[in-house]
Amino acid sequence: MATNETPNGITPPLWLLAEITYQCPLHCPYCSNPVNMEETHNELSTEHWERVLKQARDMGAVQLGFSGGEPLLRPDLEHLVSYARELGFYTNLITSGIGMTEKRIARLKEAGLDHIQLSFQAANAEVNDLIGNKRHSFEQKLKIAKLVKQYAYPMVLNFCITAQNIHEIEEVMALSEQLNADFVELATVQYYGWAYENREHLLPTSAQLQDAEAKVNRYRAHQAGEGPTFIFVTPDYYETRPKACMNGWGTTFLTITPDGSALPCHSAKILPLTFPNIKNRSLQDIWYNDFSFNHFRGDSWMPLPCKTCDEKEKDFGGCRCQAYLLTGDMYKTDPVCSKSPDHHVMKSITDKAGDKPTKALQYRKVERAIPVKLIPDTTKA
Amino acid sequence: MTTSSVCDAAPRHNPQQTAAKLNPLFRMQYEKAQGCYVLLFPEGMIKLNPSAAEILKRVDGSKTETTICQELRAAFPDAPDDLEDDVRAFLIHAEEKKWIRYGDQ
Repeated sequence: MATNETPNGITPPLWLLAEITYQCPLHCPYCSNPVNMEETHNELSTEHWERVLKQARDMGAVQLGFSGGEPLLRPDLEHLVSYARELGFYTNLITSGIGMTEKRIARLKEAGLDHIQLSFQAANAEVNDLIGNKRHSFEQKLKIAKLVKQYAYPMVLNFCITAQNIHEIEEVMALSEQLNADFVELATVQYYGWAYENREHLLPTSAQLQDAEAKVNRYRAHQAGEGPTFIFVTPDYYETRPKACMNGWGTTFLTITPDGSALPCHSAKILPLTFPNIKNRSLQDIWYNDFSFNHFRGDSWMPLPCKTCDEKEKDFGGCRCQAYLLTGDMYKTDPVCSKSPDHHVMKSITDKAGDKPTKALQYRKVERAIPVKLIPDTTKA
Repeated sequence: MTTSSVCDAAPRHNPQQTAAKLNPLFRMQYEKAQGCYVLLFPEGMIKLNPSAAEILKRVDGSKTETTICQELRAAFPDAPDDLEDDVRAFLIHAEEKKWIRYGDQ
């Protein structure tokens, strides 16, 4: 194939997110994993994953993220990295660092791992260990950050920013510089999975966000081109245009979950659609022919105001999961958009940011699993 | 994203003496599905046009800007007269984008 488009206009996946396990030693309340925690059992075998990698690479996928849960909990991680690297993938490990050892980081290097993204919950032990709900995790992360550099990996640090840690953003940037990070994502959490359940505890106020952004800009100015590149991601709840979610449904991203479900984004399983499984279909067949993958491609599915909007090529109507979570209808315009008839929902949520939460914080734990919420489906289809 | 002009760049190094190398954050490879060479980096990809790819293929830590120009001139004898200028401009752009480095930087 000489071009990046097939005859029917569907582009091949470029990005494969391999969620190899939902098991995790940390219990962050902002986790985007599904709250039902069903897939902590029934994980794919090594052979299944090899098949997924091979088929995705044959289709043209080139970026590969090993994620979870905590991917280090899979003992076949090194094998899968080595296999993926041989296929020509650029391999990213997205990890909490818990469970990493020097022996393992050396073995992963040998296997050809290209890059490690290490998450931190805060810039000090007290807040970090409280958010992850695990003692001594901060200490471990510092140790791993040093090993990442020592073994000459590009290092991306990821700080999930919420109301719990946003006031410490300067401390976060100083720590990142001290650790010699190459890129630092200051990612204000998006509200899916556990983060959606815990939103009252996590959503910063507008004033907190403005303050944080000003601090980031001040820090950048003082850097004068030296040190880490800081990427500040604001939560779309405060925006007036939706994000171009996944660069458009079924255009670029393909997620495979621990049990082998194939999804156009890692949170799509909450939608009232049936998603295929790699155990009984080829990725090629899934990507190009599956009903759910084709469901939100193009613009024929779009409602008003998207259908006639001159910005529909920019944001593709926003996020289907967010439309579903906030309006109960996955076919609606993402309510983040100020043109959406449901935009008032955003204001009613953001107005309450900083108020006393009405329910207790839920740490992400298997025993706290919440059955899939059955939001009534108000769609006509 | 910084967009400093090429002309503002201070003289960086002696092109006769300092070899250019790819920033280890990046990996270059041919992608069949894209029909072109690409630069891969954490969670991202830059598609390279054929000229950029020909230049970057020669950025291997052993060749100076001068050598790269000579090699390209030899490989593409019919290239226009300003090939050397284009190569230089591209290398400055690549350094600004942090795709390449010089010496022990």
